[in-house]
Amino acid sequence: MSGALGKDLLSLEHLSADQIRLVLDTAEPFKEISERAIKKVPVLRGKTIVNLFFEASTRTRISFEFAEKRLSADTVNVAASGSSVVKGETLVDTARNLEAMRIDMVVMRHGSSGAAKFLADRIESNVINAGDGKHEHPTQGLLDLLTIRDHRPIAGTKVCIVGDVLHSRVARSNIWGLLKLGAEVAVCGPQSLLPLGIEALGVRVFRRVEEAIAWADVLNVLRLQLERMQAGYIPSLREYYRHFGVTVERLEKAPRDLLILHPGPMNRGVEIDSRVADGPHSVILNQVTNGVAVRMAALYLLAGGKPELAEAAKGGSDR
Amino acid sequence: MKPIVVRGARVVDPSAGRDEVADVLLQDGVVRAVGRGLGTPDGAEVLDATGLVAAPGLVDLHAHLREPGREDVETIATGARAAVAGGFTSVCAMPNTDPVTDNQAAVGFILGQARRAGFARVYPIGAVSLGQRGEQLAEIGELAAAGAVAVSDDGQPVATAHLMRTALEYARTFEIPVIDHCEDHSLSQGGAMHEGLTATRLGLKGIPRSAEDVIVARDIALAELTGGHVHFAHVSTAGAVRMIRDAKARGLRVTAEVTPHHFTLTDAACEGYETNAKMNPPLRETSDVAALRAGLADGTIDCIATDHAPHHYDAKEAEFDNAPFGVVGLETALGLAITELVEAGVLTLPRLVERMASGPAFLAHLPGGTLRPGQPADVVVFDPAAAWTVDPARFFSKSRNTPFGGRRLHGLVRWTLVGGVVVHTAGDRPDSSDRSGR
Repeated sequence: MSGALGKDLLSLEHLSADQIRLVLDTAEPFKEISERAIKKVPVLRGKTIVNLFFEASTRTRISFEFAEKRLSADTVNVAASGSSVVKGETLVDTARNLEAMRIDMVVMRHGSSGAAKFLADRIESNVINAGDGKHEHPTQGLLDLLTIRDHRPIAGTKVCIVGDVLHSRVARSNIWGLLKLGAEVAVCGPQSLLPLGIEALGVRVFRRVEEAIAWADVLNVLRLQLERMQAGYIPSLREYYRHFGVTVERLEKAPRDLLILHPGPMNRGVEIDSRVADGPHSVILNQVTNGVAVRMAALYLLAGGKPELAEAAKGGSDR
Repeated sequence: MKPIVVRGARVVDPSAGRDEVADVLLQDGVVRAVGRGLGTPDGAEVLDATGLVAAPGLVDLHAHLREPGREDVETIATGARAAVAGGFTSVCAMPNTDPVTDNQAAVGFILGQARRAGFARVYPIGAVSLGQRGEQLAEIGELAAAGAVAVSDDGQPVATAHLMRTALEYARTFEIPVIDHCEDHSLSQGGAMHEGLTATRLGLKGIPRSAEDVIVARDIALAELTGGHVHFAHVSTAGAVRMIRDAKARGLRVTAEVTPHHFTLTDAACEGYETNAKMNPPLRETSDVAALRAGLADGTIDCIATDHAPHHYDAKEAEFDNAPFGVVGLETALGLAITELVEAGVLTLPRLVERMASGPAFLAHLPGGTLRPGQPADVVVFDPAAAWTVDPARFFSKSRNTPFGGRRLHGLVRWTLVGGVVVHTAGDRPDSSDRSGR
């Protein structure tokens, strides 16, 4: 079954601005469900969803699982350790076996870019990409958009993505989503962590975080994976913090207050100062809350839910 | 063996400066005569080649025939059969088999399998280093004596500058080239495609052009130091073309090849995580394709080689990162060259024959590559205008991994003759025993 988003949600690059807005608008009524005493509506009752996580994830997996359960779907979690993958099964065989069990949807996190598309091309079930390699993490991009939109109109807003853009699927989904909705986008980091030719996507590049802060309205601060140091991309975490860390001192020099996002999990004192993460302009926990609503919206739309009925759906008969 | 007369073809033989309508008489395994109005000896078979081109059989300096070790994806027999279907009468087999062709017994095995198979002539390439491990030189003298026509650690670069230096020095005695796969692993490690905008968008780790260029630069310096003959395998970058052009202008003994996929496709072919477009070196950008074509046109690049690299369809049916590099090429090379180079005005037909037959034969000191009387009767007769559609299911190769499936090409092989015997006729189809059974 497919609805306004098509069969799958694999990337923001391939969604239109209208489709992105549709997910965000559909998420609005779903936000309220999570605030109720009984956090459950029946819109996905009888649907079976497999959460297939080939890479470790806490936040994203739990967020999806809450979203599914609050929509009354039946869910199964499969983690890479303990799955047949460690016994050498190929992804295509995993896909075929899942399909043979007559499931409705797969939410997959995988270490290889393109893995979600690979799966989606081979099974009839809806596929949601929960992060594929360094490619995209579309629901993270959507929840970041929703969080920014909660505070200011996205069109015209200047957003700078700071940090390890090279290895970041969050950065790619953010760039596509923000550009499509009319934001101005920049990236900032040491050149060794910026992908070649990133400007061609339509983003500005800042080599100094001070310049980025002077320009931006919003900073999306990426997690710096600790293994990047061993791989020779940066000399040390200490030096990274000194030159690229988002600190209170740097933000105080900004001409305006900046909204601070971070996809988590944070390395406090590496890419972000704790006082910034916990400060008045941080919306990091709002992102997490919005994540559940956005994922409910994506699941609902992929399952063929009518966007205009989302408001009614949340007030379903099981109240 | 009955004589054969190829009657009325446009005979294109750059080694003799010939491009004219003529007959070719093949007898006793050699070219007997080329000329107008040759008589038909008693009992001779006549191939009516009116409107077709007859040229020296094509020579491929770079194929992976996978035997021994991966007979499930190709054997010397199926590879040699695929070769003649593509108009190749000679194929050089790269040594990265299992076990590696790093000793004279392994060379003898390949020659024996090729003899049993028939079809194309197969020339083994020996390893530069034992086990291709990049440590100790293989017994290059014994490899050459047993029949190896070159040495290479292909699949890998010759690991260190010192090893490359000694290989170039040592191979001089035996007058064989050292073929290098130029890739600095410290730059290419983990890369899956060309480093550029497409890789950035797809989130795939890129292989920069410099991974190739720094080793080309190293090898040119070592060719200058040693006077040895470096042959650059599958050149893919504009920078490599520039450096090779300059090295040739300075009189160094460097030669180079380009593959049909590198002069035809760009990294855009990887869009959608198309694993059949995953090769090493990777498909580059439009500017590189233009430089490779210019290099072919001005002779900086001496020849076209396929880098025929069969893989099982299971292996390519995987996440892009996990799929192997490589593309089959023997059965599409001529069609791509005619369509992409001759019809595009990059090469004349005689220059194309030079790049696919006489050029490679000359630089590796192989027989063939010419229709001069007394030379081996290895001939390809093709229709340069005939259109056909690439259908991987109908390949003679055991493997199907090509990004060219469904592509419309011009240039169809009508007959391939090896040693004066017709070994392929258009319309031949693989029998079921040849099929890998998809």
